[in-house]
Amino acid sequence: MVSSERMLLSGNEAVAHAALDAGIALGAGYPGTPSTEILETFSEIGGRAQWSPNEKVALEVCIGVAYGRSRALATMKHVGLNVAADPLFTAAYSGVDGALVIVTADDPGMASSQNEQDNRHYARAAGLPMLEPSDSQEAYDFFFKAVEISERWKLPVLLRMTTRICHSLTVVHRRPDAEEAPAADYQRDIKGRVMIPAYARGAHVRLREKLSEIADWNEKSGLNQVVEGEKSLGIIADGVAYAHAREAAPDASFLKISMVHPLPIEAIRRFAESVQRCVVIEEGDPYLLERIRAEGVTVEGKPDMYRFGELNVARVRRILAGDTSPEPAPARGKPPQLCQGCPHRTAFEILRDLGCIGTGDIGCYTLGVLPPFEAMDTCVCMGASIGVGLGLRHVLPEEQARKVVSIIGDSTFVHSGITGLVEMIYNPPPTGHVILILDNGTTAMTGMQEHPGTGRKLDHQPTSQVVFEDLARSLGVPNVHVVDPMKQADELRKHLSEALESNELTVIVVRRPCVLAAGKIRQYAQAAEQ
Amino acid sequence: MEAMNRRPEPTVESPVVRTSQMSERSVTNVVFAGLGGQGVLKASDILSDAAFRCGLDVKKSELHGMSQRGGSVTSDVRFGDSVASPMVPIAEADYLVVLSVSEVDFARPLLKENGGVLLTADLINESRLANRRSLNVAMLGALSTFLDIPEEQWHRAIRANLPEKVHEANIEAFNIGREARSRQA
Ligand SMILES: Cc1ncc(C[n+]2csc(CCOP(=O)(O)OP(=O)(O)O)c2C)c(N)n1
Ligand code: SF4
Repeated sequence: MVSSERMLLSGNEAVAHAALDAGIALGAGYPGTPSTEILETFSEIGGRAQWSPNEKVALEVCIGVAYGRSRALATMKHVGLNVAADPLFTAAYSGVDGALVIVTADDPGMASSQNEQDNRHYARAAGLPMLEPSDSQEAYDFFFKAVEISERWKLPVLLRMTTRICHSLTVVHRRPDAEEAPAADYQRDIKGRVMIPAYARGAHVRLREKLSEIADWNEKSGLNQVVEGEKSLGIIADGVAYAHAREAAPDASFLKISMVHPLPIEAIRRFAESVQRCVVIEEGDPYLLERIRAEGVTVEGKPDMYRFGELNVARVRRILAGDTSPEPAPARGKPPQLCQGCPHRTAFEILRDLGCIGTGDIGCYTLGVLPPFEAMDTCVCMGASIGVGLGLRHVLPEEQARKVVSIIGDSTFVHSGITGLVEMIYNPPPTGHVILILDNGTTAMTGMQEHPGTGRKLDHQPTSQVVFEDLARSLGVPNVHVVDPMKQADELRKHLSEALESNELTVIVVRRPCVLAAGKIRQYAQAAEQ
Repeated sequence: MEAMNRRPEPTVESPVVRTSQMSERSVTNVVFAGLGGQGVLKASDILSDAAFRCGLDVKKSELHGMSQRGGSVTSDVRFGDSVASPMVPIAEADYLVVLSVSEVDFARPLLKENGGVLLTADLINESRLANRRSLNVAMLGALSTFLDIPEEQWHRAIRANLPEKVHEANIEAFNIGREARSRQA
């Protein structure tokens, strides 16, 4: 027997290695902490990976791959699945021919996110199987399971990770041989793939049938492990909460839930009946608790205060002890700031000095909300800067409306700002509007990824480039300026002041590379010239 | 914090088939703290790798994201026969290695109250380092004098985690850290 390779991998790296070993033909996604390294690693170790403009497009590309009987991997952070939710729900109806694994990387505790939504709800809402690993080995192993389930039931499968699973290094034994993936092939199946109402009705019924088969299979799949311990305390847990709970209560009995949808309800019932006290330990929303209780099984949950933030060993001990006394405030260190020499700084100084109402967006530049700038007034989700700015312009009294500026980064603009730009020329407010595109030549926030505006692909090789000023002009924006914030700060101030006074539409591209990425960008450009 | 230590009472009569043989005592907990850009994550990578090369179970955890932009960064490394949670529980670090003096107060609550070892950057005479960026590896040198990891594995881990052109400078920094500790001890 060939001995398996022993490696120390993050959950993200483990997924990338599994994707390679499982014969994934294409991985597509959009960067987002904590998911980003999956595709970066997949590409580094020889997989075919690409960044899409946003998560919706990435998922659609992957659906196409899987319609062609190949194996696809889509990756995104939790909020990315909101963007991709539209194709997700209907791909559940149509199903796939090959395999489609969708990684959603949730961020309980919001280490670097704008919310801590719990994407286990998506599995139930869309009606898709969801696997949830509790360490890197399981991330690796469950990926193969996801491929197997996807091909057997011809359904997309969700693999839910969380920050601590994505980024913790743990030991992984890699399989000795890679799987042979089936050859791509198109089989026409109009009723199965064209979701007009007449065909979708049948597809919905088929989806529910598949789910009930998977639920039966999951009862005996061996995925949901029982660890026998003392009968006085039984713990049902999923994901990293399982690891914390094993440490907090080493003597307890455990049922580890590895497939969180559909749930192995009979196994849960048997387990709960086998112990004197049964507690559900889960991070985030009471997802398992409510499902289990709805089936008439008696279990305890956690007090509501533990719904917020991450769990850890200390918090699990408190939950088990029923302790609801106030928790010690977590130590907060020095917050991050815009780097010294960051090209975003100039724009925020000017916005602050001009007293603008800055409708903001997500990226490094969101730090413009902090002192000494305090030049950002709103931040909802990627791309929202433009729509929110337009909405304010439509209703505010003229004096206030004139101060509204939408501030958006380059990667964010491609992700979901372009439709906002179209809205601006389609429904212009009476006072006009101004968009500042802060183009630092990279997706800095998530660790310097390429995007369609850089003209380079995920592996930094050259490709076609989306030129923001050309795009704005082609849509008919009358005032389009490009300025270097270091060399032309005065021009930037002048263009912005003029735009605020006029009733016209203006796009100002503020272009200068991120100081941390500049060296690399120069190298890539040189390499491309040779 | 009395409640945190309270555990459910085990019943006497229940037959127990225990597959969980997790002895918490056999796990070593190390927390690194510093500011973004100081090499906190690199230091924890090297320690994890060195422990991994000794055949131990290893878990390492940290929060990525905004760390490049000068904010506080901590990273947890745990190793032993069998490690459960990837995070070092508060006040359970056996060793706390702090790369920036400004971070000591922030990180101190992570250290064990009795018997925890605090190693701070002022242990190292930075003027002796060929490159100040290898302070993180010098601190690993100091830490290494407490741990049962052969020097050979440390060297391998340093080489595996850093680009070749800085190998020698970092092995030297590692040795400077070892000496600094043994002089102090
Ligand atoms: C839907 C969604 N996908 C991904 C992310 C993660 N994310 C936050 S900001 C950002 C892009 C930042 O790049 P850019 O707009 O170029 O600004 P920069 O950080 O370079 O200043 C990403 C990918 C997110 N918050 N929401
Ligand atoms: S990483 Fe780049 S964009 Fe982000 S704060 Fe630093 S210089 Fe600015």
